[in-house]
Amino acid sequence: MLSRRVIPCLDVAAGRVVKGTRFVDLLDAGDPVELAARYAAEGADEIVYLDISAAPEGRGTLLELVERTARTVFIPLTVGGGVRAVHEMREVLRAGADKVSLNSAAVADPTLVSRCAARFGRQAVVVAIDAAREPQDGGPPRWIAYVRGGRERTDLDVLAWAERAVELGAGELLVTSIDRDGTGLGFDTELLRAITERVSVPVIASGGAAGPADFVAAIRDGGADAVLAASIFHRRIHSIAEVKAVMAGAGLSVRPTPGGVAA
Amino acid sequence: MIRIAVADYGAGNLVSIGRALEVIGAEPAIVRDAEALRGADALIVPGVGAAGPAMERLRGRAMVEPIRGWIEAGRPFLGICLGLQLLFDGSDEDGAATLGVLAGRTVKLAGAPTLPHIGWNTVDRACEHPLFAGIAPSAPFYFVHSYVAAPADQDLVIAESEHGTRFPAAIARGNLLGVQFHPERSGPDGLRLLANFAAIVAASPAVLVA
Repeated sequence: MLSRRVIPCLDVAAGRVVKGTRFVDLLDAGDPVELAARYAAEGADEIVYLDISAAPEGRGTLLELVERTARTVFIPLTVGGGVRAVHEMREVLRAGADKVSLNSAAVADPTLVSRCAARFGRQAVVVAIDAAREPQDGGPPRWIAYVRGGRERTDLDVLAWAERAVELGAGELLVTSIDRDGTGLGFDTELLRAITERVSVPVIASGGAAGPADFVAAIRDGGADAVLAASIFHRRIHSIAEVKAVMAGAGLSVRPTPGGVAA
Repeated sequence: MIRIAVADYGAGNLVSIGRALEVIGAEPAIVRDAEALRGADALIVPGVGAAGPAMERLRGRAMVEPIRGWIEAGRPFLGICLGLQLLFDGSDEDGAATLGVLAGRTVKLAGAPTLPHIGWNTVDRACEHPLFAGIAPSAPFYFVHSYVAAPADQDLVIAESEHGTRFPAAIARGNLLGVQFHPERSGPDGLRLLANFAAIVAASPAVLVA
């Protein structure tokens, strides 16, 4: 039986982990490789690095970090941030990443998604979508995609962009609710449900986790295949084992953690 | 020390496989042509993505015949993910003809609730096999794929998984082994499986090829 994945996300800049909330108020939280190895030992199902600096001069530092991680951590690694071309994705994969997450560059040039999928297979292409809810007078909710780390509004309707990204070749969608990110108010399950009803690729929920019950809700109410979180793990508010124990208790299939959580 | 060649044809995470082999005490050798296979005790063909471009790249490096020859000589071989699928006659994904050392095809995973099949899934053993020695029954491994092998000979299948439908997770015919999942990305159990492969290599009678 396929397990629901728990994925710690490490925002990195200049080779270090930073995390306040995803989009503002950064705090230094340590060495990414050390943290990734700890999470892997604690039962993380994958690791995600988002390079939030994404400055061209930092690419070497990022690739070195990816290679060091791939040599140390034997669970899947997804890397996002700053990949704008097929050859840049190739560099990240050759450094040892399993998947690359595309966001702003995919919005700017959607053919990047299809070109990367054609070259590396769709399973290696994650499209990350940062979604903000916009008020509607009486109508159904609407979400708009933002780019550049949530700083720039696009005109893209999130649901339409999600479907288009999958048509172009995305093998997974990483959906972050900007409104919820860093707030601890829980995932936007309405957003997740709207997307998972429209696409057949796995959807990773992100933004707003405060506790294990939120992970259960993202999967049960939102239809997510995997759940990503940062602060609650980095600040040691909850361990991966605690989250998985609650998920298993709710009847969800999880991969046992080394400490021994029933699947 | 067991020397394990890992075919580099631009379609796989070689850093992880190479490092995983080092961790289990084997000596990895990344090989980009047939010449580099000399002196290797075993061959791993990794890979993700589509069969057609992968076969083109193997042909471009003149590695198709050497790989076939290696397998036909009964030398230890482990195909990982696409490296398993390439063993069969052809792929439904793009109609590509593949290595054809095993009868059967690569077909789309039917009835899957989500595709690609990404994540940790339980692997159920069809029989006892040394590749899974010391690994708990139904232990989960990491999968990333949309297509699966459909062997003509079901007796090849030593382990199965299920995602919408049951499919081969591991196959074996003598020294010819293949896994649909990624042992190099499957944590301690994945490393154990690679160590088991190295032990199978060490135990197999040396096949000296001029």
